[in-house]
Amino acid sequence: MANVQMPAQSLPAGQGGNAFVAGLRRILRDPFSVAALVIYVLLVLVAIFADQLMTHDPTQIQFRANGRVATNQPVSEAFLLGTTNLGRDIYSQLIAGSRNALMVGVTAAISVAALGTLVGLLSGYFGGRIDAFLMRLADVALAIPFLPFVIVLSGFFRANTWNVVIAVALLLWPNTARVIRSQVLTVKERAYVEAARVTGASDLRILFVHVAPNILPLTFLYGSVAIGWAILTEAAVSFVGFGDPSRISWGFMLQDAFVSQALSRGSWNWFLPPGICIIMVVIAGFFLARGAEEVLFPKLRS
Amino acid sequence: MEPPVLDVRNLSIEYRTSRGIVRAVDGVSFSVPKGAIVGLVGESGCGKTTVARSITGVLHQSARIAGGELVFKGKDLVAAPAKEWLEKRWRDISFIPQSAMNSLDPVYRIGAQLEEVLVHRGGRTRAEARSRSSELFDMVGLNPARLDEYPHQFSGGMRQRVAIALALALNPGLVIADEPVTALDVIVQRQILDVIRDLQRKLSLSMILVTHDISVVAYVSDKIVVMYAGRVVETGSTADVLERPRHPYMMGLTNAFPDLDTAAHDLVPIDGSPPDLASPPSGCRFAPRCPFLLPRCETDDPASAAMGEGRSVACHRAPEADDLRARAKESATWLPA
Amino acid sequence: MATGLSATTPLVEARGLTKRFAPPARLTDMFRKERPHTHAVNKVDLTISRGESIGLLGESGCGKTTTGRLLLKLIEPSAGDILFDGTAVAGLAGPSLIDFRKRAQLVFQNPFDALNPRFTIERALAEPLVNTGVERATHRDRVEKALSQVRLPPLARFEGLFPHQLSGGQLQRIVLARALVLEPDFIVADEPVSMLDVSVRAGVLNVMREVRASLGLAALYISHDLALVRYVCSRTLVMYLGRIVEEGPTEDLLKSPLHPYTRALMKAVPVPRVDQSRDPLPIIGNVSDARGQPKGCSFRDRCPLAIARCADDEPALRSVAPGRRVACHLV
Repeated sequence: MANVQMPAQSLPAGQGGNAFVAGLRRILRDPFSVAALVIYVLLVLVAIFADQLMTHDPTQIQFRANGRVATNQPVSEAFLLGTTNLGRDIYSQLIAGSRNALMVGVTAAISVAALGTLVGLLSGYFGGRIDAFLMRLADVALAIPFLPFVIVLSGFFRANTWNVVIAVALLLWPNTARVIRSQVLTVKERAYVEAARVTGASDLRILFVHVAPNILPLTFLYGSVAIGWAILTEAAVSFVGFGDPSRISWGFMLQDAFVSQALSRGSWNWFLPPGICIIMVVIAGFFLARGAEEVLFPKLRS
Repeated sequence: MEPPVLDVRNLSIEYRTSRGIVRAVDGVSFSVPKGAIVGLVGESGCGKTTVARSITGVLHQSARIAGGELVFKGKDLVAAPAKEWLEKRWRDISFIPQSAMNSLDPVYRIGAQLEEVLVHRGGRTRAEARSRSSELFDMVGLNPARLDEYPHQFSGGMRQRVAIALALALNPGLVIADEPVTALDVIVQRQILDVIRDLQRKLSLSMILVTHDISVVAYVSDKIVVMYAGRVVETGSTADVLERPRHPYMMGLTNAFPDLDTAAHDLVPIDGSPPDLASPPSGCRFAPRCPFLLPRCETDDPASAAMGEGRSVACHRAPEADDLRARAKESATWLPA
Repeated sequence: MATGLSATTPLVEARGLTKRFAPPARLTDMFRKERPHTHAVNKVDLTISRGESIGLLGESGCGKTTTGRLLLKLIEPSAGDILFDGTAVAGLAGPSLIDFRKRAQLVFQNPFDALNPRFTIERALAEPLVNTGVERATHRDRVEKALSQVRLPPLARFEGLFPHQLSGGQLQRIVLARALVLEPDFIVADEPVSMLDVSVRAGVLNVMREVRASLGLAALYISHDLALVRYVCSRTLVMYLGRIVEEGPTEDLLKSPLHPYTRALMKAVPVPRVDQSRDPLPIIGNVSDARGQPKGCSFRDRCPLAIARCADDEPALRSVAPGRRVACHLV
């Protein structure tokens, strides 16, 4: 009787059951990815414990002991990052903004990843007319200029944070869909997919049980890029003044600082913190994507 | 006797892997006589390709030569500076890959690619290169009129002929062919082997032919080197080794191989599979699959011993090989215990 | 689907089976009325009886793999009919297609690719039973039975193992076992051992031969290797550029090949011995481009014996002796 020898040879990660664990381990070996993860974890923690972390109500005007409005306060113990020209606490606004960033980033990323993956799967697997239709739709979506689209959307639905989420989802899915589609085209040629068909699996079963799990890492990759994109877009939209005025976001803070001429006054404590936060989160998205890419496509590693 | 073109002495090569250091080639020795084709055979993972790559100086970056010498024309390549090795590799050691598509640039005419090699590495003038290209095409059985075509206009067999022409362009001292016919159909395979055989006779080429297919070796090579799990288990003249194998692994392979010329006999597999090289067995590496196992085989690693007439065998029971061979012919011998 | 009309009905029957592939679209095709098609399979007739083992021999690109896929309804033919146990395969859908899937199975060339890398061995073996709606309570027994048929240890030994943790020979037995859990009547084996090392090939071939005989399976072995076909098949079809050029009992075919192509093929088969013929092959040049449909015999440009008639007149596959058919004007 043939003796079953256990592990025969070493294989690259990306195959087998604990590929995910192996991939995670490799990500943790990459300093950039670790930095990205730290930033994301911090963002999540700050957003969750925002109520505990805020020292003041970010929308309330603060007063000094003498009863006068605490405008343009420098960094102090009472106001950790000083105050705005209307006497609001900058530190508390920054904390409140993290919530908004996380919400926009995560919902947009999930929408992009979900929509893009679904379209990519259907398009790549069924091909033919379905493919032609969906890919033309993708071309159209890609042809629409981003910022003007959000601004038009804001015009229709009043200024609202969700406009940004909808715009990111509607305009960013084609990138994901195209990559997923090409990956599906490769995976569906694999013999195990044909094996599923010949053993009686339905199209839907083949698509979601045999094909989808093998392209899921790409979904995560594009989702993580979309987080950064969405936060950046929200900041840009708020900065040009089409943001939700009732919500404090980092972009809103920048706009507030800009129109109040904080830059010319040199109030770095006002415009620098939200700017740095935006940069950090966006860069974290790209670093994470970069790390994920190395795990997914080991050949790129040099 | 003329010294060999290449003398591989006690060569060891290690790979760094996620599971630690794996010694894929362990103390391999053999030589390539001038004007001979040496067949380097073994199953996948036995280290034959790693040996070939080490000679051409294109080892994978996770691999390193852990010991031994590669004496080419009297000079050790391992000890030589990297630059000298590369010079040698480009001018004096050439390579025929498994799929010629990898060595041909799809956007240039084939003639231009041949001339490129002749002009830049061979130092010829354009006109000389042009006539030499026609000559090379003639040699490998291609019509020189097709020098102006692109790789995609050629079939697989024709591309393999081009690869041979490229390899011979600079009159190399040694040609290394890695599975040169594996990707081809039987008829084309045979035609390419005929080209290789003819050229080798005509130009008295020295050549290492790496393959998993014993039939290929039987068809063209003068000498055979059999590898198993990173070691050389048997060497000798091709006829001698195939007719009178002295290592149980070779005896087993003879039974496991369907042969069209003999009567349809039952094939007998060798039970089990080659060992994991990350943790090789302490004794003989074939011991876990060997039907002629002695207690010492499991603890004591057999060294390769010369048996006369250019034969060497790494087996404790090599002296009784004639007896074992008779027993190996019976399928009952190979039934797992 | 309807079962066994009578014992004499062949299990698989193909008539005029044809598959054309459109070439990739090119810009210049806009100016053409009709794009040339590649005839992967061209008017193939074949029958396979119950329990019979047939070899389909040919070089790469000759259409042998496409023929196998057509018989299993993995791709649809451009023309021609396939009858499986008397029922037309073309019309199968829904439950009747599932019934067909249970009866006709495929063994793949590359065992390293034929198993989903994310499925454990246990899940991979049960997958066909899940797909075809076999009662869950019987799964384990059926998997165990299939494993013992391919001479592998019981399922417990594969607990939690993934495909990459097994060797090629073991994987190919798993692939065979996966086909056997459905208890099929017919198996297509596409180059089942060409990816395996020589020392383990024999083991897999022996298991396939044994299983086929003991279960009375009909099988179509697709291969380029005449020695392999001889080892497992009683009858052999030789294919060249989408057509069957010769058919006969394997041993007869070996002893007296009739078609010039078969003769060249036989001479080219390598043997592991030093004393062998090294005469030039009786064939000219390389495989011609299979695109389009040249008039006359498709082998004529490589045939050393071609006469004027071969250029205009396509030779039909005709019977020349009991059980032997050949498509050549010169026979």
